[in-house]
Amino acid sequence: MSGATPKISVRGLKKSFGRKEVLRGVDLDVDEGASLVVIGGSGTGKSVLLKCILGLLPPDAGEIWIDGVNILKMSSFERRRRTREIGMLFQGSALFDSLKVWENIGFRLIHGEGKSAKAARIRATDCLAQVGLPKEVGELAPSELSGGMQKRVALARAIAADPKVLFFDEPTTGLDPITADVINRLIVERVKALGATAISITHDMISARRIADDIAMLHEGRIVWRGAAASISNSGNPYVDQFVNGRAEGPIKMALRVE
Amino acid sequence: MNPLAAIGRLTIGLLAEIGALSVFALRGAFAWVSGPFYTREFLNAAIRIGFNSLPVVGLTAIFTGAALALNIYDGSARFNAESFLPQILSVSIVRELGPGFAALMVAGRSSSGMAAELGAMRVSDQIDAMSTLAVDPFKYLISPRILATTMMLPFIVLVADIIGILGGWFVAVFALGFEGATYIRNIDQFLTTDDVVSGLIKAGVFGFLISVMGCYYGYKSRGGAQGVGGATRSAVVASAVAILASNYVMTSLFVGV
Repeated sequence: MSGATPKISVRGLKKSFGRKEVLRGVDLDVDEGASLVVIGGSGTGKSVLLKCILGLLPPDAGEIWIDGVNILKMSSFERRRRTREIGMLFQGSALFDSLKVWENIGFRLIHGEGKSAKAARIRATDCLAQVGLPKEVGELAPSELSGGMQKRVALARAIAADPKVLFFDEPTTGLDPITADVINRLIVERVKALGATAISITHDMISARRIADDIAMLHEGRIVWRGAAASISNSGNPYVDQFVNGRAEGPIKMALRVE
Repeated sequence: MNPLAAIGRLTIGLLAEIGALSVFALRGAFAWVSGPFYTREFLNAAIRIGFNSLPVVGLTAIFTGAALALNIYDGSARFNAESFLPQILSVSIVRELGPGFAALMVAGRSSSGMAAELGAMRVSDQIDAMSTLAVDPFKYLISPRILATTMMLPFIVLVADIIGILGGWFVAVFALGFEGATYIRNIDQFLTTDDVVSGLIKAGVFGFLISVMGCYYGYKSRGGAQGVGGATRSAVVASAVAILASNYVMTSLFVGV
């Protein structure tokens, strides 16, 4: 890691729901312009981690630094201003189903920044082109699109405000391998074009390898390994090996039945 | 289990819920003050809640007025007071039944609708997505609904009052032998502005409660289709209880007892 201040830095982040400790002290740094992929099994708190950084969930303890400022120490107004600079692609796309595609993409411009509908429509068309969709798609309702198209529109919506940070929550889950590859390529391309810092969470190893500069593994609420994406196959870490090779046997114990 | 501990836990849970609900209601009612105000959302909500509720509220009112006329006639005939039918009927409707029935119908229709809509948005991450797009869900989703319902319900109740009295008039004139013009004149001379206004104030409060319950349970819903179903049910039950309880409190204030 270089001497420069990381774009995002997480220290000792803890979050519990009732008696269930989901995050038990997560430490993570992401340098400006880098792409980090967090891997880990279902229910290990990957989404919770992103939601804490986004300010959608209040953590119980720990620090979150963005551009060298601890956002948890800020007033809620200031914090909201900071976290607004993060674009997010949600797992289920989370498109507003009562609005047309172009209104979804232009939502932030129209309702968050007070721009005119005309300007938003132009921007929406531009963003659609960036994710490889024709202008006509803008007039459709989200429910008229396939899962892959919805993901593309959600990506277009996330990049519409030229964010400096992008989060991707399971970007390829539920897509066929070919569509998944298209989405992976689009993500890499758009992140590069924006010069953005990216954090993605996934359990799809093909996707992780394609998107990541660095990979970190989250297990039982802590980061158990972190390294360059290229070194994932010979990490020497038994947790990572088990996960990457998809074996039921190993240090990670899955309950086969409810005890 | 220790029964005292159970009672304590229930009480604490109830107080916490009331606290959370109050904070939510205040935030929802005033979030728009610091701008922006989403006019289109407000108008959409006003049309959906106000205008689209009119048919069902009108139907309820006309049948309530008609049945009430029969009951008042039959009851007051026992002490030869049946000529006071127009007065008793009109005051019952504008003070109590118009606001009450209209609010309960709107609760069944709109409170559940809001809870289902916001609940579906919550479980599909649309509300979180809105926050990441620099739009405060309280300003965009909650405030417009609360303001629109609170402002529309008095209008709905005014219509319900008129239709309810008309329903009574039909029965009185065509079944009970009252003279149409006299019937109206009696009401006109008897009914005071305070009678009507107190009902409309009630309506405003009911509208506020209905929308707060609908939004609160929808916004807080968790866990897929079942969670949304539960939110819808809770919203309707809570709205109905809140309407009836607040109705008693307000009535006792208006009557001064």
